[in-house]
Amino acid sequence: MSLIELKNICKSYPLGDGELPILKNINLQIKNGEFVAIMGPSGSGKSTLMNILGCLDKPSSGQYLLDHKNIESLSSDELADIRNQMIGFVFQGFNLLSRTSAVENVELPMVYSGVDKTERRRKAEKALIDVGLKERMYHQPNQLSGGQQQRVAIARAIVNEAPIIFADEPTGNLDTKMSVEIMHLFQQLNRDLKRTIILVTHEEDIARFADRIIHIVDGEISIDEKVMH
Amino acid sequence: MKKHSIDISVIFNIAIRAIKANKMRSILTSLGIIIGVAAVIVMLAIGNGAQKSIQNEMKSMGANIMMIRSGVATSGGVRGGFGSQPTMKLSDGNAIEEKISKIKSAAPVLSEGAQIIYANTNWSTNITGTDNRYFEIKEWAIDYGRSFVETDVKNATKVAILGQTVVNELFGDVDPLNRTIRIKGVPFVVIGVLEKRGENGMGQDQDDAVFIPISTAQKKLMGVSFPDQVHMVMLQAIDSQSTYTSQDEIRALLRQRHNLGANKDDDFIIMNLTQMMEMMENSTKIMTILLGSIASISLLVGGIGIMNIMLVSVTERTREIGIRMAIGARSWDIRRQFLMESLVLSFIGGLIGVIIGIIGSFIISASGAMTTELSLFYVILPFSFSGLVGLFFGYFPAYKASLLNPINALRYE
Repeated sequence: MSLIELKNICKSYPLGDGELPILKNINLQIKNGEFVAIMGPSGSGKSTLMNILGCLDKPSSGQYLLDHKNIESLSSDELADIRNQMIGFVFQGFNLLSRTSAVENVELPMVYSGVDKTERRRKAEKALIDVGLKERMYHQPNQLSGGQQQRVAIARAIVNEAPIIFADEPTGNLDTKMSVEIMHLFQQLNRDLKRTIILVTHEEDIARFADRIIHIVDGEISIDEKVMH
Repeated sequence: MKKHSIDISVIFNIAIRAIKANKMRSILTSLGIIIGVAAVIVMLAIGNGAQKSIQNEMKSMGANIMMIRSGVATSGGVRGGFGSQPTMKLSDGNAIEEKISKIKSAAPVLSEGAQIIYANTNWSTNITGTDNRYFEIKEWAIDYGRSFVETDVKNATKVAILGQTVVNELFGDVDPLNRTIRIKGVPFVVIGVLEKRGENGMGQDQDDAVFIPISTAQKKLMGVSFPDQVHMVMLQAIDSQSTYTSQDEIRALLRQRHNLGANKDDDFIIMNLTQMMEMMENSTKIMTILLGSIASISLLVGGIGIMNIMLVSVTERTREIGIRMAIGARSWDIRRQFLMESLVLSFIGGLIGVIIGIIGSFIISASGAMTTELSLFYVILPFSFSGLVGLFFGYFPAYKASLLNPINALRYE
């Protein structure tokens, strides 16, 4: 049973008279509960693949089935709903709202899914406790360290009980010690909360935290390997 | 996958937070709306006030009024101006009243300024010789005492009816009835005091006046060129329309009575005060509309200010929009957020504008420069207009925000 299934996905951008191919014929299946790392050098197309997987972008051709639903036929508002219900994002630059407390940042996905106020606050506080930020719930992002901000972002990604977490270079702005802590947190979410995690990185050590590594080179999958822990 | 609609209070809180985050900018943006709304309210209040004072004037003047004055004397090419050639007689007025059915009443007026004395107090005021028809036309009642009786006019008795201002100036707290005052040295007995009338539209105190019988004025007080002379005749037509339609008949009658040949000019002038007032009323209506429209332009300019700042705000918050979209905000959610922000800005501006406009109207009234008249409608109108302006000028920036591509928006630095 595949949660994510890509069939012959191609993506190209117009360049001058012709087109610049970024992704070439990607075929990929990810099962529910997997922890996958997508690795590749910059310019390999891994971020583009990530955007398509995250329903932020649509492929030029090919078929993307997310939970057996064909993404291609959906409107932008329906894609927004899918992102809201199915997907949590964690970005390299944290992407938290400034001048907004940690707990309010975490509430944000529930604002757009129409959860009522008290329920929102309760769930947001629980998610923050889950990521180990019990003491700093009402701090604003600029009062938090990079690692703490990334924990807030992770809490935001899990709070709506979305089955998939996409993490795009989540440790890119963090030092080694914090990076390890964040990766342990992802492992814990994968193990304990059974979330499917898809991680994009260019660092081998970070990718090793996942159970499966997909290497992308020049827009194609070169190696798809299992990681032995 | 069920999607509930978002709480409007959440959207409202986001807007308030964004507005608070840039306090100075928000105040400056609202200032355009504040000035616009306040200007519209003040301008409408001024126009309304002018209209109201004309209506008051019409009321104090009496309904459907015309005046006939003596015409222009020409001697050796020099034209003397109105009344320079006395021609009107008391009997002219009576004839008009009697023969022209469209005229209800004709009151004679013979007046001049004079000094009046009571005991050791003196006062200069206007003395008018007339009869009871004058008070009837003006709907001006006697406060206490009595009005003229037939014998007063027939026998030219030396009796006077006073306006309230004259009573205050001459008598103070003393009861003026049956006291004797001297007008140009001639003793008159006070028989009545008129109700207080206040200022007319020109700011003249109508209560600063003394009335005596027309016959007394003609025979005993004022110099007349011929026995039955009056300065003018005040006419009251049966309705507003008749003030226009009766003029030809009046003219024909007077020409006949004054023995004017076909080649001679009129020696009298008919003034239709009702018509003048109606014209003034119309012109103040136009003025009100004009003032209001000019002020609305500033409201519109304020709206452009809002649009400008909202566009800046959308650009500044591109990343925020990207985050919200990635997390699951639909385009309508984004649009609503920015629409709400511009609406709140314009409503806050509108509210402050209403307060300033009302205070401003009172200050203008109190300073005596102009009369202003506020009405609920003319306050609600610009306020709701400010809301419309916010909606209209906020829509484009909000629409622009909702069209952003989440990937590009997230990458925006």
